[in-house]
Amino acid sequence: MLTILFDGVAYGMLLFILASGLAVTLGLMNFVNLAHGSFAMAGGYVTVVLMQRYGMGFLATLPVAFLVPALIGAVLERTLYRPLYDKSHLDQVLFSIGLVFMSVAAVDYFMGSQQQLVHVPSWLQGRFDVAGVGIGRYRSFVIAVCIVIAVLLQFVLTRTRFGSQLRAAVDDQRVARGLGIEVGTLFTLTFAIGSGLAGLGGALGAEMLGLDPTFPLKFMIYFLIVVTVGGRAGLIGPFLAALLIGVADVAGKYYLPQAGAFIIYAVMILVLLIRPQGLFAAAR
Amino acid sequence: MNAPVLETIGLVKRFGGLLATNNVSFRLERGARHALIGPNGAGKTTFVNQLTGVVKPTEGQIRLEGRDITGSRPEARVRLGMSRTFQINQLFRTMTPLEMLLLVLGEREGRGLRFWSRLDARGDLVDEAAAIAARFRLDDAIDTTIATLSYGKQRQLEIAAAFAARPRVLLLDEPAAGVPEAERQDLLNIVADLPEDVSVLLIEHDMDLVFRFATRITVLVNGTVIADGEPAAIAADPAVRAAYLGEGEDA
Amino acid sequence: MNMASPTTPLPAAGTAANAATAAGTAANVASPATAPDTASPARALLRRRRAWKPAEFLFWGAALLAPLALPRSMLLMNEIAILGLFALSLDLILGYAGIVSLGHAAFLGVGAYAAGLFALNVSADPLAGLVVAMLAASVLGFLTSFLVLRGTDLTRLMVTLGVALLLFEAANSWRSLTGGADGLQGIAMDPVLGLFDFDLKGRTAYFYSLAVLFLLFLAARRMMGSPFGLSLRALRDNRLRASASGVGVNGRLVLVYTLAAAYAGAAGGLLAQTTQFVSLDVLEFHRSADLMLVLIIGGTGWLYGGLIGAVLFELFQDVVSAATPQYWQFWVGLLLVVFVSGGREAVHKAGAALRQRVAALFGGRRP
Repeated sequence: MLTILFDGVAYGMLLFILASGLAVTLGLMNFVNLAHGSFAMAGGYVTVVLMQRYGMGFLATLPVAFLVPALIGAVLERTLYRPLYDKSHLDQVLFSIGLVFMSVAAVDYFMGSQQQLVHVPSWLQGRFDVAGVGIGRYRSFVIAVCIVIAVLLQFVLTRTRFGSQLRAAVDDQRVARGLGIEVGTLFTLTFAIGSGLAGLGGALGAEMLGLDPTFPLKFMIYFLIVVTVGGRAGLIGPFLAALLIGVADVAGKYYLPQAGAFIIYAVMILVLLIRPQGLFAAAR
Repeated sequence: MNAPVLETIGLVKRFGGLLATNNVSFRLERGARHALIGPNGAGKTTFVNQLTGVVKPTEGQIRLEGRDITGSRPEARVRLGMSRTFQINQLFRTMTPLEMLLLVLGEREGRGLRFWSRLDARGDLVDEAAAIAARFRLDDAIDTTIATLSYGKQRQLEIAAAFAARPRVLLLDEPAAGVPEAERQDLLNIVADLPEDVSVLLIEHDMDLVFRFATRITVLVNGTVIADGEPAAIAADPAVRAAYLGEGEDA
Repeated sequence: MNMASPTTPLPAAGTAANAATAAGTAANVASPATAPDTASPARALLRRRRAWKPAEFLFWGAALLAPLALPRSMLLMNEIAILGLFALSLDLILGYAGIVSLGHAAFLGVGAYAAGLFALNVSADPLAGLVVAMLAASVLGFLTSFLVLRGTDLTRLMVTLGVALLLFEAANSWRSLTGGADGLQGIAMDPVLGLFDFDLKGRTAYFYSLAVLFLLFLAARRMMGSPFGLSLRALRDNRLRASASGVGVNGRLVLVYTLAAAYAGAAGGLLAQTTQFVSLDVLEFHRSADLMLVLIIGGTGWLYGGLIGAVLFELFQDVVSAATPQYWQFWVGLLLVVFVSGGREAVHKAGAALRQRVAALFGGRRP
């Protein structure tokens, strides 16, 4: 029981890191980027390539798994995403689905369609028992990393100049420009960080979630659920939503395996109908 | 003459802490040429939105020809005989004026769910649409995509569409707003020529138009009615003058 | 605007055969002499608007005669006809009523499974199966229509996506009914109308699908030109004004969503019957996404967009997958990206120019 709860929390934490970038681009910047999972996949494959071809250690690959997707994100934001900020959600959806399809096929072409295995260092493998509850070492590690990142993110968004500038730019671009905020650079940077975090999540999650070219499609809906259920006002809502979904999904798959992802989708539809602004949305 | 065609009783609307409509009791007499004026942000449009059902009042009652319509949906109020124009054009931009008028007429006649009927199946409605277009000086643009019409023509269509519903109460929300001088006269004539049996409530900023048109004026400031009476009395009212002097050039 | 129209407007209802022969007459009548307007110019205007254009006769004539030119490609043509019907269905809600959907495959899938199960368990008659497929899909459409009435485009995109995913999961889990990942196999259909046996070359399949597509297209053309169709366009253009004009929003949307579901169900039914196989693939996400691309290629809100898009999409797929079948999705993705990032405007500008030229050639009126 408690083991399931623990696994669910680890899964939820991971979902949060994966989706946090989307929480900002969709929640704050109001851009529907379904291709968010492609950046996560990029991070995962960076780790795989570095470990398998260059023999790097798992931990050493993590910063690169952040940087490479962040860089790709920055370039794409500057070139392709930016002109679409003003377009309809439908256009944004179609465009980002296009990116997903391209990334899926491209990774398939270069890396093959098989599942990639990521070997975490031996000191992170196995479980230890705490009061009869089996605790996975790697999952504890993931939870610890995710907590650090979540706290850091919340701090940056609410307490720093960068955060207040971003919120100002999102509220009213023109006013923000008038105040001398470089909105373009700010959005690029935000997008890059969001993509980088997704990449980091992809690398961390490869062991738990699996990694193959269809990753962006498989998890697209999960990221969207985290953001829409969590509400779009900040990061705390998506954080709670991610935990809830993580626990519910793990528990559901354990106790009701035949229902599959049924419950999660049904919950999402219900939440969207009853509270379209999200479960945890506070007045902004 | 004593039964008002449209009436609000103690209407209140709060947005959070903001009191947008403060206990407004208002009467529109049959056949009236009534103007509702007030400085920017006085709550005029909020008031109209409650009359038409776009915004739900917090308290109070709205009666149309004696019937309580406070909870009715906007489309139901149209069928009950009240239609409106919008301060900012709300048109079907991909249609032609003929199509837009036919839509209104079709809905008026309850044909909106007829999925197997042709648009021109009721020739009389087509002719009526053409006649309305002519009345509102749109006959030369009847088959032009609305989005490409001049702003003045779009304003005329805005009124024509409201008129086509054959309302007994017509709410005109700043009909002349933003219309360039060259097209303005057409518009003023159209407003002046509305049939007498239609009761008109004009919400307007433009004092020139208000005093030319209205036989009765209500002044709204901060959601509260501060004066109500004949134009001459309103013009002389010190409270009204104070409210408008504070507003500067808007008067 | 004084372009010629056929002197006697042809009724919208007709059969493929008389449409094809009428194409000749229409082209002959179309000369720059205006038919005298009778009682009212406005009535004449509306009649002219709904009259069949020469290009429409050409389009359907070409569809009817295509097997003569390419007798070996009838299986592909069958796929085109089915995809065209599916896209027509999405056009009804997206192009006319302005409802976005990322889960239209749900209705295709339900139609396909309904037709497949009906053929396996009840009767192998194609037309009866088609009716069942349309009914099943329209029941789902009616029930889920209430989910898309409110909210923003974003919530609609997600709710429709969610419904399609739910259905996929359901079909995947309920193996006893759907066969799970193996799908429904061994569907054998009776001859169409008891006369035309399904053949390996796909001749019966194509003409059957084309006939269904044509009839449903005629119905759609009539319905979208009705007061109901006009009210849908009103809702799409401006909901505020629509309700201020007396349009009851919910009733219209429920009706059109149910209708579109029935159309998609028909496409699914045709797919199951002509391929004699149903698998989870009919409910896959890529079906809904591909469909969007089809409609973007052809343009929304004029009924032919989905059909033309289907032709181009399938031809493109045929060429590209012949070279690299595995990476087909890459090209779909690239097309989506290019189209949204500015390609669409360019294509539609070129398309409009082409239409104008064709229109000038036939003396017809631009749609």
